[in-house]
Amino acid sequence: MASLKDTILEYVKNEYLETDDDREITYDTPLISGGIVDSFSMVSLKVFLETKYNIQIPDAKASPEAFDSVNNIVNLLQEFSVKE
Amino acid sequence: MNNFQPNMKPYEEVYQNFSWEISRSELGYNDGDVINIGEYCTDRICRMGKANKLALIWEGYNGEEKKYTFDDMRVLTNTIAVFLQKLGIQPGERVCLFMDKVPELYFGFLGILKMGAIAQPLFSAFGSESLLTRLEDAQTSAIFTQKKHLPKVRNIVDQLPSLKHIIVVDDDGSKPLREKEIAFHMDKVERVNDFKIYPSKAETPSVLHYTSGTTGKPKGAQHVHYSLISQYITAKYVLDIKDEDIYWCTADPGWVTGTSYGIIGAWANAATQCVLDAGFKAETWYKFIEKHKITIWYSAPTAIRALMKEGIDAVKKYNLSSLRHLASVGEPLNAEAVIWSKEAFGLPFLDTYWQTETGSIVISNYPGMKIKPGSMGKAFPGIIATVVDLKTHQPIEKRGIVGMIALKPGWPAMFRTYWNNKETYDKKFQNGWYLCGDRASIDEDGYYWFVGRDDDVINTAGHLVGPFEIESALLEHPSVAESAVVGKPDPMNMEVVKAFIALKPGNEKTKMLELDIMNFVRKKLSALAMPQEIEFVDTLPKTRSGKIMRRVLRAKEWGEEIGDISTLENDM
Repeated sequence: MASLKDTILEYVKNEYLETDDDREITYDTPLISGGIVDSFSMVSLKVFLETKYNIQIPDAKASPEAFDSVNNIVNLLQEFSVKE
Repeated sequence: MNNFQPNMKPYEEVYQNFSWEISRSELGYNDGDVINIGEYCTDRICRMGKANKLALIWEGYNGEEKKYTFDDMRVLTNTIAVFLQKLGIQPGERVCLFMDKVPELYFGFLGILKMGAIAQPLFSAFGSESLLTRLEDAQTSAIFTQKKHLPKVRNIVDQLPSLKHIIVVDDDGSKPLREKEIAFHMDKVERVNDFKIYPSKAETPSVLHYTSGTTGKPKGAQHVHYSLISQYITAKYVLDIKDEDIYWCTADPGWVTGTSYGIIGAWANAATQCVLDAGFKAETWYKFIEKHKITIWYSAPTAIRALMKEGIDAVKKYNLSSLRHLASVGEPLNAEAVIWSKEAFGLPFLDTYWQTETGSIVISNYPGMKIKPGSMGKAFPGIIATVVDLKTHQPIEKRGIVGMIALKPGWPAMFRTYWNNKETYDKKFQNGWYLCGDRASIDEDGYYWFVGRDDDVINTAGHLVGPFEIESALLEHPSVAESAVVGKPDPMNMEVVKAFIALKPGNEKTKMLELDIMNFVRKKLSALAMPQEIEFVDTLPKTRSGKIMRRVLRAKEWGEEIGDISTLENDM
């Protein structure tokens, strides 16, 4: 079973990169400040996390900082008791 | 640096005595002369003895930095112009720029103009469908892009017979390029010192910027080289650019602010510009200002509100004392943001108002003028503005009454037509006025106060999004039977896209489907067009003739009176 980190990483790669885009994304790659996920697309990433893990992320917690890397997202999810 | 003397003062006196001749004379332009924006922003500045002055300080998201002098820019824009000529691009052909905020975008824009072609900048976050619509309409001949955006071009190239060249500015040879694709490395190719600039005249087309409307496809607002006369003097008077300034315009050149003031106005005034090619992050922005000692900062209300959210403590961690003038554009700047910026930076953000079609600032707050927080300010000298009755299009004499903002045609940067769509262009002019499509009132002191759009176009974070384009995309989703798209009020972005969707039989209203529809629109059009909220409904409000009544849904979202619903066929 894929880890939490890998599930999110795969989702980001599949959804936010074009098929031919061979940029390497790691757990620490800046997603928002690196221009991979823009502030408008963040909403769809939030909906994905909420749906996948059956949680509600308050808007105040869904900051560009909290979504800026896979590691940051995992830290955020842990606040909602989502486990690896 | 707060004891500066504004370039324009006092406003009332300048407004009374202003003539565009002031700008023409400062630029050394006379009727019938050659006027080429590319030349004016590069070669002319070098001839003024500023060849070694920094023109561009560029920084990538990972901290990589590049610097270019005006002479570098002159030579590199020559190089791009020659490259296009060698490809066979002719004056008047459309060349698209589809890139992030990399130096090649800025120099590509000027290089295209130098050789007489028309620059067509497009926001790099556009999806394939948005790109296709705009390239198809413009019959674009060539496109500059980056490896990361190349797949979006490849998706549609077969549908674009006019597109002859796809120029990849960062190809590393790791994967073979395909037919029509060609690599171009600006920093590695042989530089061209001397170039015979295309002798464009005042009315020679220069730039094609696409903007959204309520119905139909996006429209290409076509500008001419003479726009420089407006863009130069507004950058000087409103943005207050002086020789010693370090200027940062945060707008993307895919939108008109990014070209009129992120390229033309700034460099025609010989400003040193900073460009940050990175997504928004308050800390990164403040660091950028501190590091480069930025003095003039031209940004947008959405960004300002995002900074407000981070709080004043975040500001205080940095030395931002270099800042001396702040301005804002894209959507109305709320009074709270003006007051907050005064507290946070010791300076208020001054709101400026204009549109893709106007090409330059037409109503604004000015350095040195009394600011009324929340107001759009007053008409720029040389601009005759008013508000007109929504039905008769007669100017409203009484102060405080809401009408549509209207401008007397004839300022230099006014668009000259919509590409392939003169009929829609003509409709923008009524009773001798250009109608902006925005509602406002004028107070007793002559200040304009924004009220809202007069149509269904959605202003999200300062970008106009057409509901029709999104509804058309939604209909292509296999689960969507019909939809209506409206702007929903949003504290950060002013409005966000909200879609009301009726599903085809057999589909369940699930969160997963909502996400699938969101991603579908994002990939097809852009993240801006992606509904930030989806409401599944059983039916949509329609007229008896079957037309969806968006205004009913919009009024509901805004808590406004629904108005006349006598033609409504069904209840919601």
